[in-house]
Amino acid sequence: MELRSSLVDELILHFGESVFTQQTTADEITTLWVVKEKLVDVLSYLKNDHPIQFSMLYDLSAIDERSYAKKNNHHSTEFTLVYHLLSFKRNQFIRLKVALEGEFPKMSTITHLWVAANWYEREVFDMFGIQFEGHPHLKRILMPLTWEGHPLRKEHPARATEMGPFKLWDEKQDKEQHALQFQPEDWGLKRKSADTDYMFLNIGPQHPGTHGVLRIILQLDGEDIVDAVPDIGFHHRGAEKMGERQSWHTYIPYTDRIDYLGGVMNNLAYLLSVEKLAGITVPDRVKTARVMLCEFFRIASHLVWYGTFAQDLGQLSPVFYMFTDREKVFDIVEAITGGRMHPNWFRIGGLAQDLPKGWDKMVSEFVAYFPKQLREYHDMVMKNSIFKARTIGIGIYTLQEAIEWGVTGPGLRACGFEWDFRKKQPYSGYENFEFDIPTAQNGDCYDRAVVRVEEMWQSLRIIEQCLNNMPEGDYKSDHPLTTPPLKKHTMQDIETLITHFLGVSWGPVIPPGEAMSCIEATKGSNSYYLISDGNTSPYRVRVRTPSFPHMQMLPYISKGYTVADLLSILGSMDYVLADIDR
Amino acid sequence: MNETLTYILTIVGELFSLLTLAALLIWVERRMLALWQDRLGPNRAGPFGLFIVVADTLKLFFKEDWIPPFSEKAVFVIAPAILVITVLLSFTIIPFAPGILITDFNIGILFFLAMSSLGVYSIVLGGWASNNKYSLLGALRGASQMISYEVFMGLSLMGVVMLSGSFSLRDIVEAQRNHWFILLQPVGFVIFFIAGIAETHRLPFDIPEAESELVAGFHSEYSSMKFGMFFIGEYLGITLISAMVTTLFLGGWLGPEFLPPICWFALKTFAFILFFILLRASLPRPRYDQLMGYGWKVLLPVTLLNLLVTGAVVLLLKN
Repeated sequence: MELRSSLVDELILHFGESVFTQQTTADEITTLWVVKEKLVDVLSYLKNDHPIQFSMLYDLSAIDERSYAKKNNHHSTEFTLVYHLLSFKRNQFIRLKVALEGEFPKMSTITHLWVAANWYEREVFDMFGIQFEGHPHLKRILMPLTWEGHPLRKEHPARATEMGPFKLWDEKQDKEQHALQFQPEDWGLKRKSADTDYMFLNIGPQHPGTHGVLRIILQLDGEDIVDAVPDIGFHHRGAEKMGERQSWHTYIPYTDRIDYLGGVMNNLAYLLSVEKLAGITVPDRVKTARVMLCEFFRIASHLVWYGTFAQDLGQLSPVFYMFTDREKVFDIVEAITGGRMHPNWFRIGGLAQDLPKGWDKMVSEFVAYFPKQLREYHDMVMKNSIFKARTIGIGIYTLQEAIEWGVTGPGLRACGFEWDFRKKQPYSGYENFEFDIPTAQNGDCYDRAVVRVEEMWQSLRIIEQCLNNMPEGDYKSDHPLTTPPLKKHTMQDIETLITHFLGVSWGPVIPPGEAMSCIEATKGSNSYYLISDGNTSPYRVRVRTPSFPHMQMLPYISKGYTVADLLSILGSMDYVLADIDR
Repeated sequence: MNETLTYILTIVGELFSLLTLAALLIWVERRMLALWQDRLGPNRAGPFGLFIVVADTLKLFFKEDWIPPFSEKAVFVIAPAILVITVLLSFTIIPFAPGILITDFNIGILFFLAMSSLGVYSIVLGGWASNNKYSLLGALRGASQMISYEVFMGLSLMGVVMLSGSFSLRDIVEAQRNHWFILLQPVGFVIFFIAGIAETHRLPFDIPEAESELVAGFHSEYSSMKFGMFFIGEYLGITLISAMVTTLFLGGWLGPEFLPPICWFALKTFAFILFFILLRASLPRPRYDQLMGYGWKVLLPVTLLNLLVTGAVVLLLKN
């Protein structure tokens, strides 16, 4: 607590009292409102000059405050920009907020401070219509270029039925067709240099190498990549907008589908945040069961990555072996949760059910079985000399660059930086487990693979500890906001019966406030920044996903390599399109 | 008259069995891959799923035969035919067994090399005529890969030619009565086989197709039986290279008496075909420039050295 206030004191000392107002939030993150004119200076100071060095722009998003239900003591009545910075040195977040006014407010860009701000600002522009002055390429990023309106503004309809029947008039069709015409200049690409005409090659949106609807426009000189421009948004399903009309409870299944290989791990990121808002502490059994399931999903996700990475490099067989083993993981997941890829099994304040009888037998069989497989895969893929030749020294970035671009997860650890939120900011009881943070030194495609492979070993270790030390107790916490609440009291006293009835029919009412969670997901750090105005559904859901900044980095790390290398780079990045587009 | 009839029968018989074999190889490859990849593979139609061959062929014939409007039509149509024609022509010089041989060229090996050089045209023209960027990239990769590996392929055979003193394949087989050339020319054998994989652009050297990078490479735009030609051509190519390896290094039809010569030939060839499939199941694909570097920096010097040593030894023994 002392450290935090000292940070605020220091900032006030440096910039003056009038610049900042502190806000209390449900999470532990220092939250400051900053005067609009001073924001860029403050950010620059925090990044470059402050001794703590908030070197990573963790997230940048906005809030449309215009229909906030309760009268809040916020400075903002129209739009708010929210900047989350992360200091690795002090292992601390800071949240800066700026109040903006006007129908389509303007703000100055921070792309000169963080390159990673580029896509985040474009996303805010796309979703809210907030202009960033000085931004190099401010155009829509997730929505189609011809889209009318900005979806996350409160006046934008959330359902198709609110928009009237869809008609594709001839002129509208012409307009859409015209928007699809490829003009290199629109993407900031040159048609030719002094001595060559470039070739433009679309990788995707339908392409066997992109693992989903991703389009990458390649500017090629022969087979050498001059520039690459990812075109994302094909998988955009408006998960953030949907959050605003789902109840706190019914939003859980939507989270499953964000990093669709991560399954319940997404539930955890969301629920940690909800539970902070609601003030729920969950029993140990819940924590441990959650950790176990999450680690199973980490293994499942990494197995998919392992197989498809090898397949991208032309090795056809590993993917079949790995998917077979992933099925074994899913067998356990299915026995415990009833679901496979999207089990939707965690609940506010607990789990959907208790662990079934015999779960420990299945898990212990897997723990005994899996190491042999991992060793075999290591011999088959990682030791293969062609595989090494294709990945070592390809797609290198340094630690400095990784932080600058907002890289988290295995991609960061492959640069030799031991940073894992499970260790650094433990959640859900990770502090009670023994495991190592695997790292590698060179930050190339091979090292990213090394880190992930080693992570599977560590996940297995964690699962084994869960197996041996699963605490007894309730699978739900005894809290009125637990949804659905424990039923054992409902038939005995009227109060619980009513809460149960309301919780199941309307959904729980989460007290006003805001909170952010941060978990080490399969692909990097995943956060849900939730704002409640005391209603049955969130006022704003912000999903910070790891793949978004990772994909933004692609042009930077693929320039100068060949088309074949691009596949190594994409494979080693381990992204999921739903995790980029949400 | 009788002789002519035998010729015609041999040609028709060979053509029929080769095309059937190529079609069967689709089944063999899918089943073997499945076996090695812990899967089932096609096992529903007929015994062991054998009728999948019929189904596949029918499917290829009845698919819409689409010629892209943006393509160079004449060349687009001719390209797949070139592949099948050149490969089939190469088979004319292969002695399957004593008496089962279409023509005993005294320059047999040279004819084989010439035909495989012509085969490059099908890829280059097919890729170029498709007028598609993926195809073009595939075609360019294919052209340089095949032309380079032809060099080592030719050179690696010269050792065999020196030992047997003939370009005729029948003489080469006869010259292996005492010991197979794989014993005398192990380096030549390995290099020829590697070059053979590159020539048939099979994994790990399937760089002109490289599914994860170039979709389907040079034949991206082909459909129906035109694609089928490339498809069959590839299996014929595998069979051809396997048959050549058998003939040149493993004593062709020679073998113990208890099996007829043609069986020995078929067995040896089939073993190599299986090896081709096993390679596909196990290895990743190198990058294009790595493949070229490997060829020119490793294979070429080794081949030349092999040639030099073989020549010197042959000279020594003569004196």
